[in-house]
Amino acid sequence: MPPTDTTPETPTPEEAEGPSLEKGAKTQSAAAPLPRGSTPGIRFEKVVKRFGRNVVLRELDFSVAPGERVTLIGPSGSGKTTILRLLMTLEKLDEGLIWIGDQTLWHMDKGGKRVPANQKHLHEMRKQVGMVFQQFNLFPNMNVRRNLTEGPVRVLGVSKDEADERARKLLDLVGLADKIDAHPSQLSGGQQQRVAIARALAMEPNVLLLDEVTSALDPELVVGVQDLLRDIARESDLTMLCVTHEMHFAKDISDRVLMFDQGQIVEEGPPDQIFGEPAEQRTRDFLQAVLAS
Amino acid sequence: MDWDWSYTGDILPDLLKGLRYTVVATLVGYVIAVVLGMVWALLRRTPFRIVNEAVRWVTEFIRSTPLLVQLFFIYNVLPAWGFKLSSLAAGIIGLGVHYSTYTAEVYRAGIADVPKGQWEAATALNLPTSRVWLDVILPQAFRRTIPTLGNYLIAMFKDSPLLLAINVAELLGAAFKVGSDSLKFLEPITLVGLLFVAVSVPSSIMIRRLERRYATN
Repeated sequence: MPPTDTTPETPTPEEAEGPSLEKGAKTQSAAAPLPRGSTPGIRFEKVVKRFGRNVVLRELDFSVAPGERVTLIGPSGSGKTTILRLLMTLEKLDEGLIWIGDQTLWHMDKGGKRVPANQKHLHEMRKQVGMVFQQFNLFPNMNVRRNLTEGPVRVLGVSKDEADERARKLLDLVGLADKIDAHPSQLSGGQQQRVAIARALAMEPNVLLLDEVTSALDPELVVGVQDLLRDIARESDLTMLCVTHEMHFAKDISDRVLMFDQGQIVEEGPPDQIFGEPAEQRTRDFLQAVLAS
Repeated sequence: MDWDWSYTGDILPDLLKGLRYTVVATLVGYVIAVVLGMVWALLRRTPFRIVNEAVRWVTEFIRSTPLLVQLFFIYNVLPAWGFKLSSLAAGIIGLGVHYSTYTAEVYRAGIADVPKGQWEAATALNLPTSRVWLDVILPQAFRRTIPTLGNYLIAMFKDSPLLLAINVAELLGAAFKVGSDSLKFLEPITLVGLLFVAVSVPSSIMIRRLERRYATN
C-alpha cells in the first residue's frame, strides 16, 4: 500500500487544539480492509466524570490529532479507561464537551442551542468509533463469521455477501482465516482478541480505542496481538487511543504518551521523552513501579 | 382388598383418555407460560417506571395466590364479566398464566446473568436495541434458563390434577369418575400415580440431557 500524506506527526499545541473539521471521506473498499483517508481528531474540553462522590476526571482538557496514536499510562484509577469508555458512550459524561471531528459526542444542536444528545445522535457518532476490550467480549452464541458480520449487516446495511467477504479479508489480516466457522469458545485468548480486533475494524471506524487489550492474555500470546496492532497502526491512518501497561508496546505504537494521575494529565510527550527522561517525579515513580513488576 | 386385573384392563382406556387431556393442558399451558413469562420479563426492563411497577405487582400477586383459587376465578367468576370459557380452556389459561410468573423470574435472572461486557460490545458495535436483545442478549440468557424451564414443565404436569376442580376430564378426574361408578378406587388411583411416573421420569431424563447439552458453553 502506498504511504498516505496523513502520516501522523506529534502535533504542535496549535494543531492539537483544532481537531480536523473534515468528516473523513472514506474511500476504502472490501479490497482494502484497513481505513486510509482523513480521520477526525478528538478533543476533551473541561471534561468531568464522577462515580458517586468520587471524581474520576476533573476538568480534563486534551486533544488527539487526526491519525495520531496516543497512549494513556498511569496508575489504576487515574481515569485512563474512563476516557475510552466516555468516547465509546459506555459511561455518561457529567460535564464538559467531547469533540470528535467538528461534532460534539454527548451534545447536539437543537435550534441553535446545545442540548444533551439523543439516541439517534449517539448512534451516528458511534459509527466513527470502535473499541477493543480487555476481556474480548466476543459474542459466544455466534461463530467468528457472525461476530464479524453482525455489525456491518445490521448497522451499516452492508449486504451479507459483502460482509462475508470483508470478514474473510479481516481474518486474513489477523491471521485467523481458517477460524471463520469456529466459535469463540474454541479459540485461545490471543485468537479471541484478534477476532475482536477484526470485529472492531469491520465497522470501519475512524477512531480505534484499545483498552488494555493484552492484559487478560497469557504472556506467550501477548506479542502476537501487539505485533498485529503495530501492523494495523502502520498500515492504516486510524486515530488510536490506547490504554496499556505494556511500556514497550506503548513506546512502539505511540506518537505521544499521556501520563495520568488522579484524573489529570501529569506529563505528556513523545514516548522517547516520557520513557527516557521523564520530567515529573510522579511519572518516574510510576514507570519504576511498572518496570519492577 | 385385592388387585383386580380385569377391572384394571377395563378402566385403562378411560384413564389414558384422561391422560391425554392432562398432557394437552400441560403442553399448551407451558407454551403460554414460556411466552408470557418472556413478555413479563421484557416489560420489567422497559424504561417506563409505571409499566415496571405494574408488572412487578401483577406477577407478584399471581405468584402469591394459589393456582386452585385462580382456576376457580377464571372458570367461575370471569363468566360473570362476559368471559365465558370451556373448562379445558380455563384450565390451560390458569396453568399458563400462573406459571408465566415463575418463568418470568427465570428469564429475569438469565438476562441479569449475561455479562456486562456483552452489552458493552453490542454498544461498541452500535447495534440497535432490538438487535442487542434478539441477537446477543436473549440467545445467551435463554440458554441459561433451559434447565429451570424444563423443571417447570414437570412441575406444571404434576399440578395439572388441580384442573379436576373445574371439571376438566383430565387423568385424576377420569380416575375419580370410574372409581365412583364402581366404588373401587384402588386400581384407578394407583394407575394415576403410575401414569404420572411413566410420563414424568422419561421427561426428566430428557430434560437432564438437554441441560447437559446446553450447559456446556
